[in-house]
Amino acid sequence: MSASALRRRLDRWLFRVGPVEVAPIRLKQRRIFVLPTGSGIAFALALLVMLLASINYNLSLGYALTFLLGGAGIASMVHAFRNLLGLSIVPGRSEPVFCGESAVFRLALQNTRSERRPALLLRAQDGATCFEIPAEDTIVISIPCSTEQRGVLPIGRTVLETHWPLGLIRAWSVFVPDLECLVFPTPEAFPPALPGAAAGQRQGLRSGGSGDDDFAGLRQYRESDSPRHVAWKVLARGGPLLTKEFTGLQGGDVLLNWRDLPLHLDEEARISRLTAWVIAAERAGVAFALTLPGTALPAGRGAAHRHACLRALALHGNRGALHG
Amino acid sequence: MAKAAPRPSASAQPAASLNRNQACWLLATAIFTLGPHTPYLPAWVTALCLALLGWRALRLWRGQLPPHRLLVMLIAISACAGIRIGFGQFFGKDPGVSLLAILLCLKLLETKAARDIRVAVLLAFFLQLSIFFEDQSLPVAALALCATLLALASLLALVDTDASTKARLRTSALLAAQGMPFMLALFVLFPRVQGPLWGLPADAFSARSGLTDSMQPGSISRLGLSEEIAFRADFDGPPPQPHQRYWRGPVLSEFDGTTWRPASAVTTTEPSYRPSGRRIDYRLTLEPHNRTWLLALDFPAAGLQGIRYSTDFLALTIAPVRQRTRFDLAAYPETWVGVVEAPGVLSAARQLPKGSNPRTYDLAQRLAAAAGNDPRAVLERVQNHLREAGLTYTLEPPLLGQQAIDEFLFDSRRGFCEHFSSAFVFLMRAAGIPARVVTGYQGGEINPIDGSLVVRQSDAHAWAEVWFDGRGWERVDPTALAAPGRLDSGLSAGLPATEARALAMPDWLRSLRHRWEAANNAWNQWILGYNPERQRDLLARLGLQKPDWGTLATAMGIAAGVLMGLLLLWAQRQHQAHGPLQKGWASFCHKLARRGLARHRWEGPADYGRRLALARPAEAEELRGICAEYARLRYGSGASAEKIRDLQQRITKLKLK
Repeated sequence: MSASALRRRLDRWLFRVGPVEVAPIRLKQRRIFVLPTGSGIAFALALLVMLLASINYNLSLGYALTFLLGGAGIASMVHAFRNLLGLSIVPGRSEPVFCGESAVFRLALQNTRSERRPALLLRAQDGATCFEIPAEDTIVISIPCSTEQRGVLPIGRTVLETHWPLGLIRAWSVFVPDLECLVFPTPEAFPPALPGAAAGQRQGLRSGGSGDDDFAGLRQYRESDSPRHVAWKVLARGGPLLTKEFTGLQGGDVLLNWRDLPLHLDEEARISRLTAWVIAAERAGVAFALTLPGTALPAGRGAAHRHACLRALALHGNRGALHG
Repeated sequence: MAKAAPRPSASAQPAASLNRNQACWLLATAIFTLGPHTPYLPAWVTALCLALLGWRALRLWRGQLPPHRLLVMLIAISACAGIRIGFGQFFGKDPGVSLLAILLCLKLLETKAARDIRVAVLLAFFLQLSIFFEDQSLPVAALALCATLLALASLLALVDTDASTKARLRTSALLAAQGMPFMLALFVLFPRVQGPLWGLPADAFSARSGLTDSMQPGSISRLGLSEEIAFRADFDGPPPQPHQRYWRGPVLSEFDGTTWRPASAVTTTEPSYRPSGRRIDYRLTLEPHNRTWLLALDFPAAGLQGIRYSTDFLALTIAPVRQRTRFDLAAYPETWVGVVEAPGVLSAARQLPKGSNPRTYDLAQRLAAAAGNDPRAVLERVQNHLREAGLTYTLEPPLLGQQAIDEFLFDSRRGFCEHFSSAFVFLMRAAGIPARVVTGYQGGEINPIDGSLVVRQSDAHAWAEVWFDGRGWERVDPTALAAPGRLDSGLSAGLPATEARALAMPDWLRSLRHRWEAANNAWNQWILGYNPERQRDLLARLGLQKPDWGTLATAMGIAAGVLMGLLLLWAQRQHQAHGPLQKGWASFCHKLARRGLARHRWEGPADYGRRLALARPAEAEELRGICAEYARLRYGSGASAEKIRDLQQRITKLKLK
């Protein structure tokens, strides 16, 4: 059995880590675990030596000191346990990121006790964040995790732990919050120019960046319009919210088609290039359509369209479909 | 020694170097831990520790980085070499403690990572334990407890960097307070064994002050100013009169002209006399003196547990007394001893070195001749002579030469009890009557707080015994001839006024001292003297007759389980915001929950109010009103105690049909 399989089995059997939990997660007695840390074991060994010295030299106060420290160690176990007990965890949001950037998971932790909860650590995947929660407060914790592939990245097995108060005992709880991050594919670093517009509309082609053609007029603002095309000057003069229209783009929609890409590119390279083109097209303000095997998004522009396209690219081939 | 924490991202502490606050806590811990050690460490170790701590404080003040590792190493190696040279060995208690002290200071100097702090705190715990090798008194215990609290706070500072000083002290005190019941249970129940488990190092018991087994001019007056307690006695009945309080130590028969030494005596399991007369039962709590003599009241009863009797009527323990020990004893002060005495003992009690103290010898001859060689008459004449010779009892006798007794009787005429007793015994022997010196303690002071008799080193005394045919050994105290007050009221009453004033103590101070010593006595009896026998007694009183290790382990397990359960109960108790507003709201929610309308956890007051209004149209108005008012008071501005009270009343009055 591999280490990860063992870990999964241990998680299921001992820590009762099951499927994704519906919010909110409340830490009850049964799901908090405590074990001594390395320094806790060193402390216990030191106490043993002190006990032996007390027996050998008949030191009554030596016994007293050893037992007092032992009692404080046991009390610290209960303190560590109590530091987690009764916390509620509510999954927050996580913004989509491009593969390679850190995915930031946000979790809200609520402390209903009128005491602060110090020295907490939240870990998920390879990210970790130290924090404390003030008395009767709710704070939002961000955990940055690295991303390695496109698709949906669930937060997965998440550990909340504390070494408070003495660092001798580690108390922790394992849970799987209902939280995932959409990871867009990595855009190709130096993509070729955007492909030509639809047949017969070649004059609309721009190689990205500066593609604002002749100004044609203003129209009512729609929610999907890019902020780059908002007529800010009009707005600044106290006018209505309007969008600038450019004749050059009229009908010059860019078609981003999987099948038009060179044959030697493999699947990920194609996705990567299409991603770069979606970004470039959106930046250029051109309307674009995206066609993938099995998916076709009609021409459009604006943040929502861009998001839909990137999402389709991220999930192409059903990568990391929802909830794994 | 220093290593970075192995998994900085995975541990709860930031991997950054030690901050100022943590260093301050650690420094305070070290000062409180090492403070009580200073009287027992060699001067150079104390000085080195002070210098290192001072250096650390200076660096802290200036915000400097730790010194170079090589420098620390160099100091460590030279300190080790110093200890090897100073003590002649590495292993053993004293070099070990010195080494620990230096290590702690060095560790403090190079604390960079969390691990260093943890090591330093463990070293501090060891040092807090090792002070008890030297001193287990109440104040030292209190200091050690302070140091322990500070050490716990240092650990707290490591884990929780943002807490305030007050919060830190409170948490460490809370931890200690919660550890206290465990301590008590384990202290009482943990099976006590009579140590040592293995051979103790040779230096385990260094020399203690007190009586020695020889006497020469100055050996007892040296103890005269020591207020240290030699032993305590608790009498079952009324304590004996002051002039009966003779606590017998070594009996000295051999005299070489300057020094008195004990003759070899045989020890047996039964006394060589038949006890008779009044019996006095008492308990003696002897401070460790590293000797076998018990300092029992004259004359010890027969059949005492674990005690042997010597032919010179001394009660002896089998092993030297190396820790404070209690003995249950009895005495028969009116017994006649040595009525039938071995001829060897009597001839040794007549022995004098030739040519020693000729003037005293001549005086004895003259007194004996005048008394017609009748022993009783000779005793009377010798006593009269000593009483009338103008001798002064003083703590500061002048230094005497080779013929010390001659000089004392005829020239200086100033002496302490050892001068009086040795002069008296010399005179008796010179007159042909068997006599010997007895050392020990005389008197003692009753502590009015707990009624125990406290005998101090300053009560050390030397008197004499004279043997008469048909009567045996009879006690004579020559010091009383010159200073009658000595017997009844202690040392200062016997001294000349100028010297007594220095020893005198104002009444309030004396009463304070009584209280303090009574507290100490209780501490000694119950905490420090808790040994296997006491444990057996106490457990028998608790209903555990002759418990074996298994029973004790079970008892410990049960006690620990109960305490742990109590702690867990404490942990479960949630301190929610128990303001009156929250309470009222909770009771409102509870009321509706009983009608099947429990508030969902995620439901705000406004949503809840809407749902309630839909579910119970009859009371819709009131229910929604309460929810809205609660939301206003809780989240809006303008909440006042009066409005909260109104809302509470509305909730109380709410009747759900």
